[in-house]
Amino acid sequence: MSILKAENLVRRLVGEIPVTLVDDISLEIQAGEFVCIMGPSGSGKSSLLYLLGLLDVASSGQLWLDNENVSRLNEDQLANRRLEKLGFVFQFHFLLAEFTVLANVTLPMRRLGRLSETKLNQRGMALLDSLGVADQSHKYPHQLSGGQRQRVAIARALANDPLVILADEPTGNLDTASGALVQQILRDLAHQTGKAVVAVTHDPVFASSADRRIMLIDGKINPDLS
Amino acid sequence: MPIQLQIALTHLTSRKRQTLVSLSGVVLGVAFFLAVSALMRGSEQDFIKRLVDNSPHITVYDEYRHPQIQPAQLRWPDGAVHIQHLTPKTEVRGIRSYREKLALIETLPGLRIAPVLIGPVVLSFAGRDQAGSLSGIIPSKMKTVSTIQEKMQQGSLDALTANPNGIIIGRGLSDKFQIGLGRNLSVATQDGGSRVMKVVGIFRTGNAIYDESQSFANLKRAQVMFDRPNRINRFIIQLDDPYQARDIAHRIETAIAYKATSWTEASEDILSLLTVRNIIMFSVVLAILIVASFGIYNTLSTIVIEKTRDIAILKSMGFHANDIRLIFLFEGSIIGAIGSVFGLLLGAGLMHILSTIEVKPPGVTEKAFLPIWWGIEQFELAVLFALSSCILAAYLPARRAGKVHPVEILRGA
Ligand SMILES: Nc1ncnc2c1ncn2[C@@H]1O[C@H](COP(=O)(O)OP(=O)(O)OP(=O)(O)O)[C@@H](O)[C@H]1O
Ligand SMILES: [Mg+2]
Repeated sequence: MSILKAENLVRRLVGEIPVTLVDDISLEIQAGEFVCIMGPSGSGKSSLLYLLGLLDVASSGQLWLDNENVSRLNEDQLANRRLEKLGFVFQFHFLLAEFTVLANVTLPMRRLGRLSETKLNQRGMALLDSLGVADQSHKYPHQLSGGQRQRVAIARALANDPLVILADEPTGNLDTASGALVQQILRDLAHQTGKAVVAVTHDPVFASSADRRIMLIDGKINPDLS
Repeated sequence: MPIQLQIALTHLTSRKRQTLVSLSGVVLGVAFFLAVSALMRGSEQDFIKRLVDNSPHITVYDEYRHPQIQPAQLRWPDGAVHIQHLTPKTEVRGIRSYREKLALIETLPGLRIAPVLIGPVVLSFAGRDQAGSLSGIIPSKMKTVSTIQEKMQQGSLDALTANPNGIIIGRGLSDKFQIGLGRNLSVATQDGGSRVMKVVGIFRTGNAIYDESQSFANLKRAQVMFDRPNRINRFIIQLDDPYQARDIAHRIETAIAYKATSWTEASEDILSLLTVRNIIMFSVVLAILIVASFGIYNTLSTIVIEKTRDIAILKSMGFHANDIRLIFLFEGSIIGAIGSVFGLLLGAGLMHILSTIEVKPPGVTEKAFLPIWWGIEQFELAVLFALSSCILAAYLPARRAGKVHPVEILRGA
């Protein structure tokens, strides 16, 4: 059974010059699957990811997350789904500069409010440990290397044990070695913990490690290259 | 601690300089408000106290507030004919049968009353003249309604009882005439009568005109001099509760028909001046707090702009627009609360310093200090003003932060 399912998703911008960012996209993603979205610059990869991640609302079409139709939810309900079921990793780490690494990782748990202070710190440390950055927990983001920051960002995305991880060019800003490590981590997350991982990438090596590739051109899926 | 509050604190502590500037705006606003308000309210109360202490609470005059109704009008109240240009009956001026009226008013509780006959006189000594007014008084009664006894520099009111030919004059006249205790001066009334009287007392109120022109004599003697036996033309009344003056004046006027004026009625212009003063004070303080709010607004707006990415990432994580707004409202409230605490301390300090400043009001010989009001209301008001202006100042940035759309920011990043 699919964890994420889109049917005829369309995202249009109405303005002086109307633009169609995402054009009639249908797809299904299973739990434990590692999927890459590829395509030329401007083809709508990020736009699709924002729709799948409930950050943006489709102009038309249907979207199911964990067997719930989320197409008609309001802003706060969408925020709750993001908090509980989704985790994001971006090209830039987007860690909060004034918080320590551990505080950054525990932030979503604090907002969810299901764990005690001790419990959530323990969980935060465990996540950092699983990503090999436990020794950095009391540093501030600016004291870390790019690869370390991206691993902390992944730890934060995992904070509330999401069903789906959405990553937008997670290795776009990293050197080859760090990129390879992040790629390995995302792959393991899908295959070992059963999360669905959807990653946008330009990197063919990264894409080659995915279970499946979705090729976008002009906001549409190109079935021949997918 | 809620995560929103924690983020708010982090924002503020990571921008210490800006936070301190905003904070000092609030601190100064609150402190100035307290100092100004304490001084204004203090001096207002001091002023009213002086007014209440030094002027009669109620004065009954030998006049009617409305002309007496003509007999014809009494007989035909709905008469179609209106009679004009009638001359009222001529009568000896003064309050008639004052002893009964005095007894009647004295039955009212919480009040002291003294009858006075006041008239114009010209005092002469060694070829110099001074026009003024002479009040005929009963010293024992006068002492209960007037502070004049406390203002005596030499002699006392009782000397008028002991010496029916005595007169009490002010320091101003005594200086002008170069005349001292025990000397005689001549007192002339309007009808041409003149009499030599002996100075038995000298007072000083600090009011220059009063100290030059006012004099006191025994009531009996004044009645003879003004040729108005058994008449008086004023009742001077002091109340235990001066704020009852308007009501009691009205009751007296209804009871005895003569015009009775309360101190509030007599000083209406001054009292309305105090209102104007209060409005000015509140405007000034409001202006200070508005400036302080601009500081907070500015700081928070800067934080919102600097932290747009953070806001976007918090929202993408699942924070609601409300959580984001709360963060910035917390920041405003924290500045308001801490600013209020230090503002109250600084304000109390300023008030204490002000209260040690010595002033010398005229006619007062003992040490006096700036009047400072320590009422709790103004402290509450200061905090209320400060908190509400801080939250108000935080509202707009908070709303803007709540509206940040993560996708727009993530695309731009
Ligand atoms: N606010 C906007 N107004 C107009 N056009 C927009 C707006 N946002 C995005 N676009 C256009 O929509 C298209 C899809 O953008 P999107 O960011 O999804 O592409 P992408 O595949 O992620 O590209 P990249 O690989 O460069 O990140 C682009 O052509 C872009 O110019
Ligand atoms: Mg993109």
